[in-house]
Amino acid sequence: MIGIGIGFKWFIFVVAALVATGSSLMMVTRKNPIHSALWLIVTFFSVAILYVLLNATFIAVAQVMVYAGAIMMLVLFVIMLIHLEWGAQWTSSRSFAKLMGGIITIMLFLQILAGVFTYSSVGQHGIYSAQKLAELGNTRAVGGLLYGKYVFAFEVASILLLVGIVGAVLLARKRKD
Amino acid sequence: MEAVYTLIEMVVKNIVVVLVLMGFVAYTTLLERKLLGRLQVRPGPNRVGPFGLLQPLADGVKSFFKEDIIPDEADKTIYVLAPGISLFAALSMFAVIPFGGTITLLGREINLVIANIDTGLLYLLAMATLGEYGVVLGGWASGNKYGVLGALRAAAQMISYEVPLGLAVIGTIILAGSLNLGEIVAAQEGMWFIVKYPFGFIFYLVAGLAEINRTPFDMPESESELACGFNIEYSSMKFATFMIAEYAHMFTVAAIVTTLFLGGWMGPWLPGPVWFLIKVFAVIFFFIWERGTYPRLRYDHIMHFGWKVLLPLTLLNVVVTAALVALGVL
Repeated sequence: MIGIGIGFKWFIFVVAALVATGSSLMMVTRKNPIHSALWLIVTFFSVAILYVLLNATFIAVAQVMVYAGAIMMLVLFVIMLIHLEWGAQWTSSRSFAKLMGGIITIMLFLQILAGVFTYSSVGQHGIYSAQKLAELGNTRAVGGLLYGKYVFAFEVASILLLVGIVGAVLLARKRKD
Repeated sequence: MEAVYTLIEMVVKNIVVVLVLMGFVAYTTLLERKLLGRLQVRPGPNRVGPFGLLQPLADGVKSFFKEDIIPDEADKTIYVLAPGISLFAALSMFAVIPFGGTITLLGREINLVIANIDTGLLYLLAMATLGEYGVVLGGWASGNKYGVLGALRAAAQMISYEVPLGLAVIGTIILAGSLNLGEIVAAQEGMWFIVKYPFGFIFYLVAGLAEINRTPFDMPESESELACGFNIEYSSMKFATFMIAEYAHMFTVAAIVTTLFLGGWMGPWLPGPVWFLIKVFAVIFFFIWERGTYPRLRYDHIMHFGWKVLLPLTLLNVVVTAALVALGVL
């Protein structure tokens, strides 16, 4: 029975990983920005499935709710509002940007490869084992850490977002002249 | 063997729930037309079958045989996908809603909920935002200016009312101490959350109406200015799918209100699912009633109300409820 369970998990992992990679490739190669945005939503979804496989249900649902839901809706809204979808065909002619992008991508890829082959990932175990998470509840564990041990970092991040909002309002405000 | 039985149980439960849900959704359309007719002093549909009871069937057959048109300007893949996204999101939301306790059938204890997951409430919020993609993409992919306007309005409205919607349910999480909908129902034994947390109920109803695009928030399809908005180019079964999705979404929002504030499936004497349906249809009755009562708001008024009235009020509500719980009053 356990063998079937692990095999099934492995199968789901492979499918989700392939879909995530494939859809992110589709996202960067589409001409129409709306199609890119939709492929990005698919990517977020498959990454959420990977989170579920790692027993992080809260992170998975938050990923779908915040990124695939709210933020991508905002992105779609902006693309539709300023009609980017009909006038964005210029990207294909910029060879310099393509060259730089290619170089950066290859560098990042080599970096990841080097990391995978040289670093053995036997770190120290945290205090939250799978059993402990199951009895405590995933959301409760994340909430306890976020508002307990890491409350300072959490508050700093929220101040950062607040500064972003204030800045956006300031830029968008009508100038009195 | 146990795994096989569990699998069979899951499949049967899914099929039964979807079929029953579709039946109720079909008759919710008739209920809406009948009640709206009565509210406007006219009889409503009464020709097909006794009291018009076969009307939903006739509507289904009719839309099935209509010509299916895809406009030249349309983005074809997305145009075809959009109604499906709407329906999928509305149906999959229902998966975490408990509609009864446990029953014993053929010697097996069966829990009357499809997926009893730990983060049920967050899952509902996540799926609700995904449902709106159907409306937004359908409007955009039609290649029609009214469709795009409807899509833009749907997107802006969803972004604005999702925040109060999320804040309105935080009080129930604080009171129940859990995101699991089964535990939220169990926590309401003795006293419903509508008594302990009345403002949350009101805010959820208002934001929920905006979420399912009903009057007075039916901006994306306001027929008098946008000529039906996002679904202007849709015909035949695709249009019907949008309609079914809309009513399924309405049914689901009523079920969420029931679960979070009205004690869920619990009640004396009658079995759980019966109580659940009574409460759900009471909420649906309210939705139809207010549609017959209120006019459509103006678009800028809706945005103003969402950000400058509803958002501060729901925030205040969360703070006050948390303080009351911390002081031990609630």
